[in-house]
This record gives sequence, structure tokens and C-alpha cells, in this order.
Amino acid sequence: MVRDHSGALVASLARWCNNLDVAEESVAGAIEIALVDWRAHGIPDHPGTWLHTVARRRALDRLRRARRYADKLALLEATPSEPRAYDGGDDRLPLLFACCHPALGRDAQVALTMRAVIGLTTREIARAFLSSEATIGQRIWRAKHKIVTNQIPLVVPPVERRADRLNDVLTVLYLTYNEGHLSTVGGDAQRRDLAEDAIWLTRVVDRSLPEQPEVIGLLALLLLSHARQAARFDADGELVTLADQDRTLWDARAIEEGVGLVERAGSFGRAGRFQLQAAIAAVHAEAASYDQTDWPQIVVLYDMLKRHDDSPVVRLNRAVALAHVAGPAPALDDVDLLAPTLSEYHLFHAVRAHLLRQLDRPGEARRADERALSLTTNIAERSVLAARVAAM
Amino acid sequence: MKYVLLFTSPSDDTWQRLPEDRQTAIYGEIMTWWQKHEANGVILGGERLQPGTTATTYRVGDDLSVQTIDGPYVEAKEEVSGFGVIEVESLDAALELARSWPALCVPGEGVEVRPVFAM
Repeated sequence: MVRDHSGALVASLARWCNNLDVAEESVAGAIEIALVDWRAHGIPDHPGTWLHTVARRRALDRLRRARRYADKLALLEATPSEPRAYDGGDDRLPLLFACCHPALGRDAQVALTMRAVIGLTTREIARAFLSSEATIGQRIWRAKHKIVTNQIPLVVPPVERRADRLNDVLTVLYLTYNEGHLSTVGGDAQRRDLAEDAIWLTRVVDRSLPEQPEVIGLLALLLLSHARQAARFDADGELVTLADQDRTLWDARAIEEGVGLVERAGSFGRAGRFQLQAAIAAVHAEAASYDQTDWPQIVVLYDMLKRHDDSPVVRLNRAVALAHVAGPAPALDDVDLLAPTLSEYHLFHAVRAHLLRQLDRPGEARRADERALSLTTNIAERSVLAARVAAM
Repeated sequence: MKYVLLFTSPSDDTWQRLPEDRQTAIYGEIMTWWQKHEANGVILGGERLQPGTTATTYRVGDDLSVQTIDGPYVEAKEEVSGFGVIEVESLDAALELARSWPALCVPGEGVEVRPVFAM
């Protein structure tokens, strides 16, 4: 519920007083008060209005204290700050574009989006980044300060700039999804599901900017990835790889929606990296088992993806698929070409280990597994890799 | 909005090692670029600076003593080589202008885009 209201509220207040810093702080403060007040007195009939009233009052208080706003204060007090449709779209969309402005570093874009648009607390964001509250707090403060000082407007960019800016937004949404989905389910019932937050926000973008194939592609990708969530961890909280997952646990409805969206995106005839990643996920989703997967199709899709995203990681994933089509030897040749760029990436060594095992080179495989283990920071992944090393 | 563009260049002999006709060509593009944006009223002023080795710096230590340094404020691989003061509509306009700086084809060259403090 907080998520539904907070982003829209930050957006409308920021538009009203033309200061993202004041708007975001006021909403965050109002939410903090709400959590205490509503626990004691129950949730009000109109929680959105309640939050809006409290946040607006806090904003006026803060602006009153800054001399610069003295002359504007009377005008602001008289001006309504209600959320309204922004050119027929959602108030949050201009806010999202501002939070993802290319002048901000990627980490800053992600942290600020989580804060201002999704409404996560600094503590929740710190946990997602495996960082401290102080570090994240400062990162968010700096990002807001940069937006305010540079007067970065809260607008949907003009058409001539939109493709690049949308690419930044989609990347931030994708990273937000990734911050969440690799964590173990674990006992914490209060934990925010960042993956669902990312999917929710991607849907908001799709509703506000319809007929954008890359947006539809990202939504498809996230849904298809999230469809596997129930099978991703076993009863002990250990990570289960794609090859070993119990596919009966996959969410059939999410897969159906995801596959449908892949087709819909494809109908625009403008391929892009998120659409292609989604198409690859769809091929996996529709396979009855890992071995029955249409691997040649996946290799073809990776070849297309390389044209939009020629990153070492894409090449690495293509090699994994290639192994199923042409055998481990040519795949290992392709993987070894990536050594200069990927030597510090744990999955590079994990893939090498896997292929070396298939080529019956156990000594080298074990060394590669150990290297992978030494490089991975994610607790769940460490566990899987440690088990592999122990099994040898 | 007023911005300052701080142009940075490699402190070593990167430029000198470029073929002479290439150096001349880039400087020519810089002159054209500068004159064009000055004529448009976008560039309000600015200067090209002598190398950092010609600079003298005063710096205050923790004990409040003022130290005289023979050289620039910070000895680094790159140094400030010039600056421009510009008047533009928005950050995006400042970024677009900075991105078009003709020297951004030489390794180590940079342009910092910083908003001017509005009093």
C-alpha cells in the first residue's frame, strides 16, 4: 500500500514545490509517522489523503525554514498539490525518468529510484545492496542534491531523447529486480520483495508509455524469471540451478503472460536486448526439461542478442548454450577467449569448471570451481559452489 | 543556467607525441567550436591555461600554515587545461555541448560540467 502511494505522492509534491529533495524527505517522514500512528489507531479510511496532508505540511515547514522560499511560500500554500494525470499518464513516470538521469551513476539511479519511486526505506535499500545505511543515505542525498542543483526537470524526455533515457530506466528496473531475486527466502517475513516491486514498476511504465517493445520485453523477462522463483531454492534455502529445478513448481500463469508478452513485443519488429533476453527465457520456460530445451534456438537468439549487447556475459551465456549443441570443446574455446575480461567474474570460472568436468579434466575443473568460490559474494551462490568443490 | 566547463588534459606529453598535422587539426576544430558558441551567446567567456608545471599554489595545512607549492593544486595524470563559462537552458543542454568538445578524441582528455553557484 505504501508503494502504491509513496511514488505518486513524491512526484506530485515535487512538481508542486519544484524540489525533489524536499518532496522525498517529506513523504519519507510522513510514512514514518504513519507506521507508528496507524499501528496505534488503525489505518484511516483514506490513507492516501492522510499521507498527502501530513507530507505537504512537512514540506511547507521545511521550506519556511529556508529563507530562499520566503516569497514563494504564500503562493505554495495556496496552490493545490494533488496528484493528477500528467498528460494522460502517470505522475510517477516523470519522477522515474529524473531518478534515472544519465548524469547520475548507476548505483545512485537504482538507490534513488528505490527510495523516491518505490518507497523503500534506507535500511531496506542498504540490505538490498549489502551496504551500510550511512553509505546508502549519503548516496541518495548526493543524488537528490545533484538533481536539485542542476535543476533536472521531472519530465518525460522529448521524443528525440526518449530511446536512450528509456534504456536507462529499463536498466535500473532490471538491476532492481536482480538485487532482490538472488537472496534466499529465509525467515524474515517483513522483507520487501524487490523482485515484485520491480515488476510492479515496470507495469506502471508499460501503462504510461504503451506500445514500447523494450518495455514489454523487460516485463516479459521479469515475469518469466520470477515464474521460476518457487523452484529456485530448496527446503534448506540452498540455490537450485536451472538444470536441477523442479519445473512443476514454476508459475504457469506467469509463464503464459510472459510468453504472450514476448510475442506482443516481437510484433513491433524492433528487436532489442530485453526482448531477446525475454525470448531466451521463454524458450527455457516452455521446455519440459533442461535436456529437452530447444538449445539451437537459444544459440540463435544469443547471436541476435550479441548485436544489441555484445558484452562478455552474453558471450559466456551463449557458450553455455553452444555446449548443448556442439559439445563442450568448442564451448570451452569460446569461454577461454573471454578470460581477459571475465577473470574476476565467479560465473566465468563456474562455467569453465562445468565444461572441464564434461571433458573429463577433473583437476582443472576443481581448480576452476575453487576460483569461482573465492570470487562470489552472494551467500546462496557460494553455498552451491562450495558444495561442488566438496563433492570432488 | 550558468555552467562552467573545466577542460582537462593529460599532464604528460600525450599531445606532443601526436603527429603535428593532427594537433593542428584538433586545435583548429576547437577554435571553430569556440567561436561558434561564443557567437550564439552560449559561451560567455573562458581561457586556455598554460601547463600545470607553470602554476604556483598556496595550500593551508592542518596547522593553518600556508604552504607554497611549485605546481598545480594536485599532481595527477590529468590537469585542468582550460575552462569555459556557459549560459544554457538546462543540464541536458550543457551536457550536449560538453560532449561535442573537439578534443574528446585524445585519450586522457576530459570535460567536467559543473553548475555555477547561484547567489
